[in-house]
Amino acid sequence: MGRENDQKVGAVLVVGGGIGGIQASLDLAESGFKVYLVDMSTSIGGVMAQLDKTFPTNDCSMCILSPKLVECGRHLNIEVKTYTQVKDIQGNAGDFRVNLVRKPRYINPQKCTGCGQCAKYCPVGASDTFNENLSERAAIYIGYPQAVPLAYAIDRDKCIGCGLCSNICLVDAVQYSQEEQEEVIDVGAVILAPGFEEFDAHLKGEYGYGRYPNVVTSIEFERILSASGPYRGRVLRPSDGDIPQKIAFIQCVGSRDETCGNNYCSSVCCMYAIKEAVVAKEHVREIQPSIFFMDLRAYGKDFDKYYQRAKEEWVRFVRGRVSSVEEMPQTQNLKIKYEMDDSKLMEEEFNLVVLSVGFEPSPGIQTLAQKLGIELNEYGFCKTYQFSPVETTRPGVFVCGAFQGPKDIPETVMQASGAASCVADLLSSVRGSLTRERIFPPEIDVRGQSPRIGVFVCHCGINIGGVVNVPEVAEYVRTLSNVVYAEHNLYTCSQDTQLRIKELIKEHNLNRIVVASCSPRTHEPLFQETIREAGLNRYLFEMANIRDQCSWVHMHEPEKATQKSKELVRMAVAKACLLQPLKRLELPVTRRGLVIGGGLSGMTAASSLAEQGFEVYLVERERELGGNLKKIHYTLNGMDVQGYLKGIIERVRANPLINVYTNARIKEVAGYVGNFKTTIIADGAERELEHGVVIVATGGREYQPEEYLYGKDAKVITQRELEEKIAHGDNAVLNSNTIVMIQCVGSRENERPYCSRICCTETVKNALKIKEKNPKANIFILYREVRTYGFREDYYRKAREVGIIFIRFDEDKKPKVAKGKKALEVLVREPILGEEILLRPDLLVLSVGIVPQPDNKKLAKMLKVPLNEDGFYLEAQMKLRPVDFATEGIFLCGLAHSPKLMDESISQAYAAASRASTILAKDKMEIEGMIATVNEFRCTGCGMCISVCAYNALELDEEKKVARVNEALCKGCGACSATCRCGAIDVLGVSNEQILSLVDAL
Amino acid sequence: MSKNSELQTPNSKLQTDWEPKIVAFLCNWCSYAGADLAGISRIQYPPNVRIIRIPCSGRVHPLFIMRSLQNGADGVLVSGCHPGDCHYISGNYIARRRFAILKNLLEYVGIEPERVQFSWVSASEGEKFAKVVEDVVEQVKALGPAKRLVKRKADPH
Repeated sequence: MGRENDQKVGAVLVVGGGIGGIQASLDLAESGFKVYLVDMSTSIGGVMAQLDKTFPTNDCSMCILSPKLVECGRHLNIEVKTYTQVKDIQGNAGDFRVNLVRKPRYINPQKCTGCGQCAKYCPVGASDTFNENLSERAAIYIGYPQAVPLAYAIDRDKCIGCGLCSNICLVDAVQYSQEEQEEVIDVGAVILAPGFEEFDAHLKGEYGYGRYPNVVTSIEFERILSASGPYRGRVLRPSDGDIPQKIAFIQCVGSRDETCGNNYCSSVCCMYAIKEAVVAKEHVREIQPSIFFMDLRAYGKDFDKYYQRAKEEWVRFVRGRVSSVEEMPQTQNLKIKYEMDDSKLMEEEFNLVVLSVGFEPSPGIQTLAQKLGIELNEYGFCKTYQFSPVETTRPGVFVCGAFQGPKDIPETVMQASGAASCVADLLSSVRGSLTRERIFPPEIDVRGQSPRIGVFVCHCGINIGGVVNVPEVAEYVRTLSNVVYAEHNLYTCSQDTQLRIKELIKEHNLNRIVVASCSPRTHEPLFQETIREAGLNRYLFEMANIRDQCSWVHMHEPEKATQKSKELVRMAVAKACLLQPLKRLELPVTRRGLVIGGGLSGMTAASSLAEQGFEVYLVERERELGGNLKKIHYTLNGMDVQGYLKGIIERVRANPLINVYTNARIKEVAGYVGNFKTTIIADGAERELEHGVVIVATGGREYQPEEYLYGKDAKVITQRELEEKIAHGDNAVLNSNTIVMIQCVGSRENERPYCSRICCTETVKNALKIKEKNPKANIFILYREVRTYGFREDYYRKAREVGIIFIRFDEDKKPKVAKGKKALEVLVREPILGEEILLRPDLLVLSVGIVPQPDNKKLAKMLKVPLNEDGFYLEAQMKLRPVDFATEGIFLCGLAHSPKLMDESISQAYAAASRASTILAKDKMEIEGMIATVNEFRCTGCGMCISVCAYNALELDEEKKVARVNEALCKGCGACSATCRCGAIDVLGVSNEQILSLVDAL
Repeated sequence: MSKNSELQTPNSKLQTDWEPKIVAFLCNWCSYAGADLAGISRIQYPPNVRIIRIPCSGRVHPLFIMRSLQNGADGVLVSGCHPGDCHYISGNYIARRRFAILKNLLEYVGIEPERVQFSWVSASEGEKFAKVVEDVVEQVKALGPAKRLVKRKADPH
């Protein structure tokens, strides 16, 4: 290690605890870096915590977010610092010194158990900001029920200092005297993930937000829809609590709007509006949602299908710009005036209006940017470049999420992982230098011992004890067989009780522990760690949830709650008798990666892994590296693509850690995470590669059109062919008088119902280029919807400004192209005039879509990963695992995932590298102990379990004719066990016998 | 439930202070979290339910349900993530298929359909969870104690 490396710091500061910051932190902490996760608010979770559902799968937002919150909060190498801001930063990439300021929360978070008694007694009401001020909370509050850290804070602006909370708190967590605290940390890199702020809808006075109670913003409506929202998930309007029959969604509020200075498109509003409309209708069938929009930008993976389904079954879409909203005094309904596509003025009455507000940079971001010394773009978002989408203008400071530009959750998650990968590239020499591993004493061998169970019953302050007779429960527990010791504690989770449990385990030789308190979902890991520290295997632990299932939900029936508590503990004790120590298996990891596909994504992923010090096999089917990028010459903002391509190919070729195989194909893939064996045929020779992870970057192809006389007339070409001609200075093209471009060729049709995402941008790019070289050229773009999302909107506007003419057509009224006597003839119906127009172009350019590689099916089968309906690879979970496959150790990026632009492919490639490095960073991987196990004597080899396993974790042992579990892949869901008709397959830790013991102890 | 209340009349005298016992198998990721949220939100529901936490609704072996009925449970509830939301990708679909078949069998042996119920409750649906419990308890109460399959219970001590 050189001197330079020694000066680097193996820690990272992540600013912003939304989903972007969380993902970046988890990736970094898992791949060997110490992380400080800083957030301005009292808990992490960000905007995603506020969402009800997420598009396009309608997943419950909290359900998928909450496990990540908990993981972040508990991670040994992530230090979550809430209520904290960055004050100053000094130093250079690899070695920064950061000053942080922590605001006083007036509660000691180490002591606060989150029991909530204080808030119950607090006499002061305040607006609940989590519910967008639609409901009230106390002056002592917690962000939301699942908040991490689960610690209260006092809103000192509202607090009257009465001292009730302090008197009520049994752990003395209230500290009125807390003051602002400064702290200095050293880090090697910074990731900025501060997110966004919703556009302030007050500024669009014509829509009446703030004046009319029944005009709400989309985020407010999100809370209204949420089961944990102000109306508990009932769709009601604020003025009178009625169910709004007719709901209007107004799009582009604060986006694509020069009057408020936000010229850009906020990228996500179209989709979230559809989602909110669909979810509202799911809640109440009678609701009739209408969405007023300009262009419906459903450009992402599976978005168009979601839009089509909504259009056909659920939602009315009106193409028109709303000019004003007026309240009707009697009913408080709202009258909307809008202009239709054909300039017709219309009026319509609604019960509720939802404003789809756009994204703006977070307040205070300018100050932060100044402190950090990074540049912002003209709209105040972080400035980045096309080929380095997660790098700010200051080396060592990276960015992800909405601060880089408006984007949805999966894009944010991809960029977050991508930024983590760039950090790992920078700090690979100091990986693991600051991370800690927990050291435990050797495990006590409890095999052959009869159960000696210790039971701890928790009062949880008065949360349980106030309803359930806790001493009586403890007394009852002592009468149960195998219980050697039982006691009750004020807080079983408190630090002193942890020490006590450890002592009592030794004193009484306890070999099973039962805690009767709150939810295992939040507290089981804590107690498991405690008993592990006392030398017991962590699986010798069981919990009874007598708070969430007894005292809190049967508050007025103390006797029944006590009785039920006894029964729940009895059940837990019965199961505890059968608990067995489980081993977390350790598997060796082959610390090499295989990247399939040598295009932009594949090369980016391979170089990132190599930068991090891992050896990589890069397999490309063609003779040359480069893939689709070979055909692209410049970007929308004029950057030189071929120059970039040349550079990256040289870097890849020169890197000794990257083994490039061209003219190669995959013959066979065997093995599993950490231990793959892949056979490839490169230049006719067979070769076996051993590696720990796979990144699929096989790309996509340009659709080969058959329509519009392509291939039959030389004047009909594709956008890519046009680009080639422009780049080579083809005069015939550059001197054309009239050029017509047709959009959505081969996309958004029955056969390929998805949007190819890139074509609108490509078209605007090429049209502007022609105009630049030949301002006299007449360019007509025939489109269905212009989907220049994000800052690309600027170029769309510019195109219109320079006189490029956009003519919209409907799917069922496609333009007609014929060979005229002299020139091509294009007939299109102009919707504003309602008439057909005849164009005679010198050149007709088809904006053809992206299609999946034809051999995806073959490779997918070899890798045992799924494809979606369109033939692109299908990730594990669309929102939060966008580059992971369900099968562990296999990742994807680029066009193989879905059509996307260059910068997006680069982010995603980095993301795949980051996810892959979480596995490669360790030489061993630990396997969860609660996994399936096969009793070979009972197994008949019928294969039912194999057919239900979603993780390919089961296979048939051909010799013995029995099912075999691959411990590395099993997640312990138990679908196999419940399917087995011979009782041959079981799940360790939740075995049939153990579950039945619970039932038997009823 | 008029049909069921008729069935109930012969032994209604015995049932005046009878409370049914319901076993609920809840998946860890959605429904158990939904039950937690009901608790956090202090939503009150009848104390008849004994919750058993399982990784996934797909983990529920038909035997678990049968054994519950044998052991004195008057009703069984199985609840998982909403279709499409399964933490284990497709476990709840498998559960749904399996229970469709099991229901037929149970009805065939004379178990009233209301005794064994399935629902989808997400982590954010505390109120829905409470409602589901209320409904199940009410319906099982109307049916009276389970008689089919019940084994005479040995003294646990």
